[in-house]
Amino acid sequence: MKLHEYQSKFKFAEYGIPIPRGKVATTPNEAFSIAKELDSPVVVKAQVLVGGRGKAGGVKLARTPEEAEQHATAILSMSINGLQVKKVLIDPASEIDTEIYLGVTTDRAARRSVLIASAAGGVDIEEVAANTPEKIIRVHVDPFLGLRDYQARDIANDIGLPRQNWKQFMHIARSLHQCYEESDASLAEINPLVITKNGEMLALDGKIVLDDNALFRHNDLAEIRDTDEEAPAETQARQAGLSYVKLDGEIGCMVNGAGLAMATMDMTKLFGGSPANFLDIGGGAKSDKVAVALRIILADSNVKAILFNIFGGITRCDEVARGILAALAEVPTSVPMVVRLVGTNEEQGRAILADAKMITATTLAEAAQKAVDAARQNMEQVG
Amino acid sequence: MSILVDKNTRLLVHGITGREGAFHTEQMVAYGTNVVGGVTPGKGGEWVGKIPVFDTAKAAVEVTGANCSIIYVPASGTPDAIYEAADAGVPLIVAITEGVPILDMIQVRAFLDQKGVRLIGPNCPGLLTPGEAKVGIMPGHIAKPGNVGVVSRSGTLTYEVVYALTNHGMGQTTCVGIGGDPINGTSFVDVLGMFENDPATEKVVLIGEIGGTDEEKAARFIAENMTKPVVSFIAGRTAPPGKRMGHAGAIVEGGAGTAEDKIRALEEVGVKVANHPEQIPELLAQL
Repeated sequence: MKLHEYQSKFKFAEYGIPIPRGKVATTPNEAFSIAKELDSPVVVKAQVLVGGRGKAGGVKLARTPEEAEQHATAILSMSINGLQVKKVLIDPASEIDTEIYLGVTTDRAARRSVLIASAAGGVDIEEVAANTPEKIIRVHVDPFLGLRDYQARDIANDIGLPRQNWKQFMHIARSLHQCYEESDASLAEINPLVITKNGEMLALDGKIVLDDNALFRHNDLAEIRDTDEEAPAETQARQAGLSYVKLDGEIGCMVNGAGLAMATMDMTKLFGGSPANFLDIGGGAKSDKVAVALRIILADSNVKAILFNIFGGITRCDEVARGILAALAEVPTSVPMVVRLVGTNEEQGRAILADAKMITATTLAEAAQKAVDAARQNMEQVG
Repeated sequence: MSILVDKNTRLLVHGITGREGAFHTEQMVAYGTNVVGGVTPGKGGEWVGKIPVFDTAKAAVEVTGANCSIIYVPASGTPDAIYEAADAGVPLIVAITEGVPILDMIQVRAFLDQKGVRLIGPNCPGLLTPGEAKVGIMPGHIAKPGNVGVVSRSGTLTYEVVYALTNHGMGQTTCVGIGGDPINGTSFVDVLGMFENDPATEKVVLIGEIGGTDEEKAARFIAENMTKPVVSFIAGRTAPPGKRMGHAGAIVEGGAGTAEDKIRALEEVGVKVANHPEQIPELLAQL
């Protein structure tokens, strides 16, 4: 789960990291009042959970409250990479001397949290890493010792920070790491962390990504989830305990297990089609969950055929079959369906679906081929 | 022969009185696994079928001499259950639970490495040595004894491959599910090393997926250390970047961890990579 810039920075501020004293506006009027109150030139920044807002014109400098209001009007009516802007952050403009990058994330390969810093701040850190890897400093954190002062000092030294800023930088680095750990984040980043013309350090932009698996112990954070980052069907699926990712193809897939779901998607491509979604109904799914899953797939108008691939272990094929029938009773459809049921209670499952006019298959390859053929025929009939 | 678990395994079930724990204990016992005890704090002295329940892992190990633990407790309690089993002296721990926070897993793994304790999982289907022991949730009837070692990051996809192997008359030494999380207890390289050293294993199947670099490391290990042939399947060729595909660890991040990269790395060291899971027996037959 991603936090907005303003949510991230306000969280950083709780840990004593200096941030601009800005506020969030949802209307141009509010933007005007905030700019007036700040009594300085301001930056109007779109709050959306996608990258590329700068290039899209979602960040604008305003010298007067009137100008802030105008920019807010324009930005609040924008869509950036498909997401409607609903909030803007009004920050006082800063006079920047130096921009650096500072982030904490998980290094899978090293199995450690890692602090990443660079003197090349304010730009995409992945680009810096790809083009000038020598400008990136990495320091791993021992899970039992935590981040030590000397490590923060090493980073300050290695990125060539002026000595008069070391103390403040060390405080910021320690605070950022603490915020990352206590929020169960998978990423906490300040980009850019600036030194102003007055020599003060300030977190101008911030980003926090949380570990979804840890939200059970962070109710306060789970509550501020902005579901805009998800397709509506993904929100619906998540709330039903399903794992769903919408894709662009024409073959809807319903599978138990994530690896098998990916393999099934890949198979549709291998046989000349393309998957409309990733959908894992999980282990031991009951019929009601299956019905929700089928409704989500059928709501996608691109879907021209559906492929059910169930390898019963904990999941029982008869439960899945009942869920399919329940969903079809509610949402009648002419979309052709290919069903492959293998494993626990497969005979009962097949018997339940015997009257449902479904195409059956024994092997995964046969199922994928039949789904691709059915989708093609369906498209030809419609076309 | 086999790896990790066999007929000498003395299994302790953590969370034995829970819904999942009770159900799978019954299945494991029915398969012939030697389940010697269970742990549920507050229920010590009770029985689940013929299996005694203990309040603590320490007491359970003292009484039963358990040498393997399986964890069926909810994600919030899984790290503690793992620490408890390790502290009680259990050398091999299998964690089935999905959804353990990643920062917890960093500490768990570091602690176990210091103790010299092996963890399989979490978020995995466990271990199956056909005809000897089932430690986890894999459906036992799809496997049969043989000479193929199977290692995978996935659950049902593993069953799919094992089922295809069995249908083609190719039995298995041990099937190992290492789990779909970004930080786990045992890697592909660890298991490949065990199969290489296991006299009964003649061929190995490696089932990978997008995310991380475990498959790339496996490729280097195969080139440098393995004499036995390995065939593979990698799931997620059609997965879009930046999206988590069900497993916490199945995500292409910053252009890294794609199926193409992994397939290329494996093919470069001579590993045959199947186009789809049912092709695996065919590739093994060609060896």
